Amino acid sequence: MSDFDFSVIVQNWAFLAEGLRYTLQVTVTAMIGGILIGTVLALMRLSSITPLQWFAAGYVNIFRSVPLVQVILAFYLILPLVLQMITGKQIPIGAANSAYFTFTIFEAAYYSEIMRSGIQSVPRGQVGAGYALGFTYGQAMRYVVLPQAFRNMLPVLLTQTIILFQDVSLVYAIGATDFFGAADKITQRDLRPVEMYTTVAVVYFIICFTLSRLVKWLQSHIAIIR
Amino acid sequence: MIEINNVSKWYGSFQVLTDCTTQVSKSEVVVVCGPSGSGKSTLIKCVNALEPFQQGSIVVNGIAVQDPKTDLPKLRAKVGMVFQNFELFPHMTITDNLAIAQIKVLGRSRDEAVDKGLKLLDRVGLKAQAAKFPGQLSGGQQQRVAIARALAMDPICMLFDEPTSALDPEMINEVLDVMVQLAHEGMTMMCVTHEMGFARKVANRVIFMDRGAIVEDAAKEDFFGQPRSERAQAFLAKILNH
Repeated sequence: MSDFDFSVIVQNWAFLAEGLRYTLQVTVTAMIGGILIGTVLALMRLSSITPLQWFAAGYVNIFRSVPLVQVILAFYLILPLVLQMITGKQIPIGAANSAYFTFTIFEAAYYSEIMRSGIQSVPRGQVGAGYALGFTYGQAMRYVVLPQAFRNMLPVLLTQTIILFQDVSLVYAIGATDFFGAADKITQRDLRPVEMYTTVAVVYFIICFTLSRLVKWLQSHIAIIR
Repeated sequence: MIEINNVSKWYGSFQVLTDCTTQVSKSEVVVVCGPSGSGKSTLIKCVNALEPFQQGSIVVNGIAVQDPKTDLPKLRAKVGMVFQNFELFPHMTITDNLAIAQIKVLGRSRDEAVDKGLKLLDRVGLKAQAAKFPGQLSGGQQQRVAIARALAMDPICMLFDEPTSALDPEMINEVLDVMVQLAHEGMTMMCVTHEMGFARKVANRVIFMDRGAIVEDAAKEDFFGQPRSERAQAFLAKILNH
């Protein structure tokens, strides 16, 4: 046991921190973008316009049926080609940047299902009351339904975000350097897997555990008094 | 003010409204009553197009509700509505409940809207509750706020859809008092309610509905004195004798 040498962590801390920062940036970007796109998808799914329903249902079902790793790889390979078709120029995106896009698009499918049940949790009479006051559809959604849906679903949205935070480690498939990827690279070089992976696991645990406590706290403090 | 002409409505093949015709003149108070499932709530919701209907026409203040070209939000903003379950917005304070539609629909400034809302809140006797959330108020209080919220839009008429049906008995009167006061001020009102005391006090006319049709549409005195239809007689006997 005396072989353990945690100095490898201290020496490489800057590199690890850079990886952690990237992980958090992807998480926050995909959370915000995913919730925005997901909300639009949810509204489409619940609208009375059939093509919109189909589009949203197709989107959600496709992304929920394909493993995330495969989507990460596919977008990494396809995105440059699509951009080249649109702009006519070769734009080097890089693994790190393509992940922002991939996670936003992928998570939108999950967030949209959460927002859909959130919207459905708001009693129909609330929409009627909004309309009766002269609100348009957009206003009724914006001021009456979505704030309640969002609040009802906040714990679930955050739980999904915790999963997202962990899933960002899958970018290692395309060679981007997130927190886990950084640790992995150092391990390959310094051959200190036990110290490295233990530290990474502990950091992941602390962050996720703190967030899930926050979810618990929110559940008891933000519920709408009915 | 409100003209309902030969309105029929179906849910699929089930007919919920059959050839309903009536009207509410300016400053008139019309009470709509009838057994549950008789279509009274559905009819009143057709007036501001919360429920669509397939046949007939409804004209509110000269504007045809069923016309696809009608700007419904604009029309509804002028027609106040009070619901059985209050439908205050639970995520907003009472003040915001009163102000939001004034700001977003009528384009009033926040100060103006809050000022108007608080005046009306005072009128329904709830000024002290302005900063609270709907869930912190009793049912009767919530319904009075809901009435104030509708009045804040300066409506040309008010629709009440069983405003006291979800209330505990001891809270019914505080809501009816506000409605009686409103009627005395000359507000045009169409009220779906079983409160016959209220009808006796302020109604000009009483409409009795059964199975989706208007069975009786009579002046208050005639309705309570000598209802013509047997069904109205039976209904009155049941609800007045308890």
